[in-house]
Amino acid sequence: MVTRWLGFVALMVVALAARAELVIEVTQGKQSAIPVAVVPFAWAGPDALPEDVSGIVANDLGGSGYFRVMPESNMITKPATADEVVYSEWSNLRQDFVVVGNISRDGDGYAVEFHVMDVHQKVELLRHRVKGKGTQLRDIAHYISDFVFKKLTGIPGVFSTKLVYVTTNRDRTRFNLNYADADGAREQLIFSSDQPIISPAWAPDGKKVAYVSFETGRTAIYFQELATGKRELVLKMKGSTSAPAFSPDGTKLAFVHSYLGNPDIYVLDLNTRKTERLTNHYAIDTEPQWMADNRHLVFTSSRAGGPQIYQLDTSNKAVKRMTYEGNYNARARVTDDGRKLIYVHRSGESFHIASQDLRTGMVQVLTSDTDLDESPSVAPNGSMVIYAASEADRSILAAVSVDGDVKFRLPSKYGDVREPAWSPIF
Amino acid sequence: MQKNALYKALGLTLGALLVTACSSTGEVNEGEASNTTASAQSQTKTTNGSASSNGTTAVDTSAVSGESLKSEMSQAEAALMEQTVFYFDFDQSTIKSDSKAALMAHAAYLKSHSSARVVLEGHADERGTVEYNLALGERRGMAVRRYLLANGASASQLEVVSFGEERPAVMGHNESSYAKNRRVEIKYQSR
Repeated sequence: MVTRWLGFVALMVVALAARAELVIEVTQGKQSAIPVAVVPFAWAGPDALPEDVSGIVANDLGGSGYFRVMPESNMITKPATADEVVYSEWSNLRQDFVVVGNISRDGDGYAVEFHVMDVHQKVELLRHRVKGKGTQLRDIAHYISDFVFKKLTGIPGVFSTKLVYVTTNRDRTRFNLNYADADGAREQLIFSSDQPIISPAWAPDGKKVAYVSFETGRTAIYFQELATGKRELVLKMKGSTSAPAFSPDGTKLAFVHSYLGNPDIYVLDLNTRKTERLTNHYAIDTEPQWMADNRHLVFTSSRAGGPQIYQLDTSNKAVKRMTYEGNYNARARVTDDGRKLIYVHRSGESFHIASQDLRTGMVQVLTSDTDLDESPSVAPNGSMVIYAASEADRSILAAVSVDGDVKFRLPSKYGDVREPAWSPIF
Repeated sequence: MQKNALYKALGLTLGALLVTACSSTGEVNEGEASNTTASAQSQTKTTNGSASSNGTTAVDTSAVSGESLKSEMSQAEAALMEQTVFYFDFDQSTIKSDSKAALMAHAAYLKSHSSARVVLEGHADERGTVEYNLALGERRGMAVRRYLLANGASASQLEVVSFGEERPAVMGHNESSYAKNRRVEIKYQSR
């Protein structure tokens, strides 16, 4: 009993040592970033609130790169209601929009009423009230950010979404699977092992993740329910089993199975638990990812020599090559609207994230300041790509917008951060 | 020096075997290998027999030289077996020519120690993608496995595990570090 407890403490200590604590730093915003003022929300309660709601909203909007958020110190007045906003004052401060709000007690929890004011049109664009428990103030803030972002950009916000990612210590003796808010806050350790963990992937309902763990000495695919922490060994086959990818409708799991050194793409029917082989080629076939139609997959294959990206029709197993520029293109992701293919592209000696327009075939290399870019994962609104990169001898997470305009980093204080997977919108 | 001796020894004993095994995709037929040895022995016996009846000395010389070759080979073998890490080029799983002598020594050892077991750990450098590198590490492990099989090891002695880019030998981010990370490590589980 005591030893078990000590073992647990020891695990927590090593686990904590490899924690990342990510903080967003915007490195490049849009040229056309919208100037917005987020006025600190009024709160009349006796004690300070556990979370700075309007501060989080300002961080979210600023961190997206779509907005240029006015520093609080430049504000002349701090209106808390729509009536208190003097448009000319904000117009003189060259702001396009002003967000104001106030927080009140609501039973055990809180209610936040907020308003978005259009400075130039001199109108209230939206008024909304959101309620939650005391522990949910941060969720309330992200909810407000999503609401404002959608109203002002037309794109659904992803501030309430989550990330899972792997952290490791320098000597690769500890591997942690972490769960955090999309801005890196509220990081939680959900699985820890002294063997590698790779390829985390979200189920489309956002309730569980699949990943590959080497804990038995070789690769196997596990599911883990986020709410309960319950794990299930889903696939362990003779040879190697890896690269899980849920179909958008949640009924199938594509994966890679390799026996005697020949990796091919397979699919597992999650209802019948039957597997079917989809490719049968002596080259490396790996990194399957579903397209929105639940029928086509994109995958990486070395059948033409180096890795290139191919499309596979799962109904007739027809394969079509998709990438031709360069000698290394791998790990593709498709945006939900089916318009862009995002993948790792080698240009010269560098590995960067590239975007390919699926209609025109045009390829745009999105990243340049980071090196050894890998593991791109697209935000569920199709606006941003989060990826792992190498910086000053460490592996960090960074993000870039699909058009290459917005860039931010999520540097960690300790260890290497790898393999990010962006959740669906909940 | 030792290398030369080993090449000679292996060339004599395994050359024919290597050629036949290489041409087949699968595993070396152990039965065939021992048959070859058996027939070689029986031939020697026959020669011995006929030699004694003929009263020539040539046979005695060959028997003596046969024994000396054996001890020389095990010495060279031991030296070569100290090399347990084998390196590869970027995005390649082809065994380099300077790896072959040591791999042959491991194969010869495995052949003569049927209870020996090894894990072949395949690795990739950090460049490129995680899953592709996992596949690449496995390819490298399989290339070494095939080479050992072709040179006398048996399938039941060999297990391939790929760690992809997850367990680098060296942490640096330059070509000299990468070169040390693109590797297969032979790890003996039992000798």
